[in-house]
Amino acid sequence: MNRRSTSRLVALTAAAGLAVAALSGCATGSGGSEGSDGDVTLTWWHNATSGPMPAVWEEVAAEFEADHPGVTVEQTGYQNEELQRTLIPNALAAGDPPDLFQVWPGGELRDQVANEYLMPLDDVIPDTVSSVGATVNPWQVGGETYGIPFTFGIEGFWYNADLFEQAGIDETPTTLDELVDAAGKLREAGITPISVGAGDKWPAAHWWYQFALHSCAPEVLQAAETEFDFSDDCWVEAGEQLKEFLGTDPFQEGFLGTPAQTGAGSSAGLVANGQAAMELMGHWNAGVIGGLTADQQVPEFLGWFPFPGIPGAAGDPTAALGGGDGFGCSADAPPECAELLEYIMSEDVQKRFAASGSGIPTVPSAVSSLEDQNLAAVAEGLAASSFVQLWFDTALGTTVGNAMNEGIVNLFGDAGTPEDIVTKMQDAAATL
Amino acid sequence: MTSVIESAGPAVSAGSAPAPKPRRSRPGTGRKWAEIVLFVGPALVLFLGFVILPVVLAGVYSFYNLPQAFQWDDLADPERFVGFENYIRALTDPAFQKSVGNNFLILVLSLLIQGPLAIGIALLLNRKLRGRGALRLLIFVPYVLAEVIAGLSWKLLLQPQGGVNAMLEAVGLGAWQQNWLADPNIALWTMFAILTWKYIGFAILLMLAGLQGVPEELAEAASIDGASWWQIQRHITIPLLGPTIRIWVFLSMIGALQLFDMVWVTTRGGPLNATSTMATYMVEKGQFGGQPGFGSAVAVILFFISLVVALVYQRFALRRDLAGAITRGVR
Repeated sequence: MNRRSTSRLVALTAAAGLAVAALSGCATGSGGSEGSDGDVTLTWWHNATSGPMPAVWEEVAAEFEADHPGVTVEQTGYQNEELQRTLIPNALAAGDPPDLFQVWPGGELRDQVANEYLMPLDDVIPDTVSSVGATVNPWQVGGETYGIPFTFGIEGFWYNADLFEQAGIDETPTTLDELVDAAGKLREAGITPISVGAGDKWPAAHWWYQFALHSCAPEVLQAAETEFDFSDDCWVEAGEQLKEFLGTDPFQEGFLGTPAQTGAGSSAGLVANGQAAMELMGHWNAGVIGGLTADQQVPEFLGWFPFPGIPGAAGDPTAALGGGDGFGCSADAPPECAELLEYIMSEDVQKRFAASGSGIPTVPSAVSSLEDQNLAAVAEGLAASSFVQLWFDTALGTTVGNAMNEGIVNLFGDAGTPEDIVTKMQDAAATL
Repeated sequence: MTSVIESAGPAVSAGSAPAPKPRRSRPGTGRKWAEIVLFVGPALVLFLGFVILPVVLAGVYSFYNLPQAFQWDDLADPERFVGFENYIRALTDPAFQKSVGNNFLILVLSLLIQGPLAIGIALLLNRKLRGRGALRLLIFVPYVLAEVIAGLSWKLLLQPQGGVNAMLEAVGLGAWQQNWLADPNIALWTMFAILTWKYIGFAILLMLAGLQGVPEELAEAASIDGASWWQIQRHITIPLLGPTIRIWVFLSMIGALQLFDMVWVTTRGGPLNATSTMATYMVEKGQFGGQPGFGSAVAVILFFISLVVALVYQRFALRRDLAGAITRGVR
C-alpha cells in the first residue's frame, strides 16, 4: 500500500466516522440537556407568531433567565396547526420533545397521557393549578392535571357596527330568528351578511357545533365525549337546523374555498376590510382581524356578541362553545420547566398578557387588566355562561373530529345530509 | 416513494456486464473489498435506513389500527392488528376513489395537453428567432419558482375577489368570472391549468435538449429533397425525439400520480374533495386525521399503483430506450 492510498484510507475512515457520529448525534440533540456545570437549557414551543404575543413570551423568557442563573430558555413560536398536528406529535413520538410546550385538551391530551408523555403537575405546582379554578378541567385526565391554560374564551360573532347601522340593524341579535332577520337586512342593503372560512373546514364546522350545543342536553354531550355515543336525535337535528339556516343564503360567495385567516380574501379578512358584516369565530379573532387591515390595527367598528339563543331547543340556553391554550411539561423535563410554567401563570405575567390584548387570561384577578373592549365583552360572555363546551373536534379527538368536520363541510356544499355527519362520526369512532 | 424513480436509475449505468479482468493477487482483492465497503457502505446504510426501512415499516403499519401518537407496544397489541381492513376501507371510500380518479384524470390530461403543447413550443423555440433566449427563460421561470410560492400566489389570484377576476372585469369579460378554486365543478380544471403553467417549462426544456440531439444534416437533406418545414418536423424531428418524449411521459405520469405539494398549498384537496389526490388524501387522513395505520395503507396503495404503472410503461414503451438494462432479455 503506497502512502497516498494509505492517507486516503485514513481520510475515508475519518469521514465515515464523522458521518456516523453526526447521525447518532441526531438522537440526542436538544431538550432539557443538563450541562456539566449544572446549567439547564429549557426549550419552549408556543403558537405565538404574530401580534403582541411573541414579544410577551420573549420578555417572560428573559425575565425567567434573569431570576434563575444558569437557566437558558430557548423559546420559539410556530404556526398553530403546524405545531399541533406535526411538530409536537413528531417530537413526542421521537422521544425528543421540547420541555415546555402547548398542550391541547380533549382527545389529544388523552392520547399523550396514555403514552406517558406529560408531567403530572398537581404535586409540583399545586397553587398554580388551583389559581385558574375550573378552567383547568379540560386539561385533566382521571383527576390529574397535565396542562394549565393561560388563555380561555368563548366563541361569538365579530361584527362590523358600521355595516349593521347601514343596514338599519339597531340591536345585536339575541335569537336565531333575529340573526336570520339581520342577515336578510344586510343582504337587502347589498352587504355580504356573514363570512365563513369553509375552505379550512373547522370554521364551517363551528356552525354545526353551535346548533348541536343548543339542541343537545348536557348529558347527551357528556355521553358523546366519553363514549362516542351519537345515537340521540339531537345530532341529526343540529344538521337539519344548519341546513335550514344555509337555505337563507347568509354566507359570502364561494365560501367553500375561503380560508379562515390568511390574506384579505379570507373570512377574517373580509370582515377586516368591510366586505362582510360578521363572522362566527373564537376569542382570538380580534387579533387576526387586526393583522389583516391596511394599518395593522384592530378596526374601530369591530364589535362582539354571543351566539344567539334558540327558543324551545333542548340544550342549555346559557351554554357556550369555547376553548383555550395551555402549556404543559414533557414527562422528562427538568424541574425548572414547572417553575417556568408557574412564572408564566403568575398574576403579574397574566396581567401583562391581558393588557397586551392577545387574549383573555385565565387567572381571575388578571381579567380586570383587559383593556380591549371586545375582549372584555367576550370575558363577560364567558362569565355569564353556565358551562363551556370545548370545541367538539378538540373534545372528540382528531379522528372523530376530522370525520365530523368533513361531513359538516359536505352539508355546506350540499354534498351530504345531516344524517351523513352522524354516520361519519360513528364510522370514525368505530375505528378507534 | 422515490424508490420507483430509483428503480429506473441503474438503467443507465448497469448496462454492460462487467468486463473480465486479469486475476489479481490476494492483497489486491482485499484492498478492493475494503474500498468497496468504505465507498458503498455509508451510502448503503443511509439508503437502507431512510428509504427501504420506511417503506417496509409503512407496509407493517398498514395492517394495524394505530392511534395518532403510537408506540412500539401498539404493534404487539393483537387488538390493533386489523389485517386488510385499512385497505378495504380506503378502496371503498368514495373520497379515495375520487382522489384516484383525479390522479388519473390529471395524468391523461397532462399527456394529451401538456405533451403536444411542449413539443410545439420546443419546435418553435428551436428555430432561429429574435429574443429566443428571453422566451426560453420566461417559459422556464414557473418551473424554477418554488411550489409553495407559486401555489400561494395562485391561491390569492384566484380568490373570488382576487386578481384574475378583477382583470376579467377590467377588460370587459366580467361574465367569465368564476370562483376558480372554490367551485367544486371547475376547481380541478383550474388546478390542471396551474399545473400546466408550472410544469410545462420542464417538458419544454427536455424537448429542447432532445432536439439538440437531432442531427441538422437530416433536416438539410430533407429540405434539399423538397420537404416542407412541417414534413421535416413530422417525419424526421419528432420520430428522432421519441426517446425524449417517452422519458418525459414516464416522468409526467409518475409526477401526476404522486401529485401533492401544489394541490396541498392551493386547495388542500378541497372544495368537497374536488381536487384531492391520493397523496393529499393520505396526508389528510394519516397525519391530520390521526390515523397513521390507515395513512400507511393509502401510502402502500399509492406505491403499488405507481409501481404497476411504471413497470408496465417500462415494459412496453421504454424497452427500446432501456434495452439490456432493467428489461434485459426483451427485444
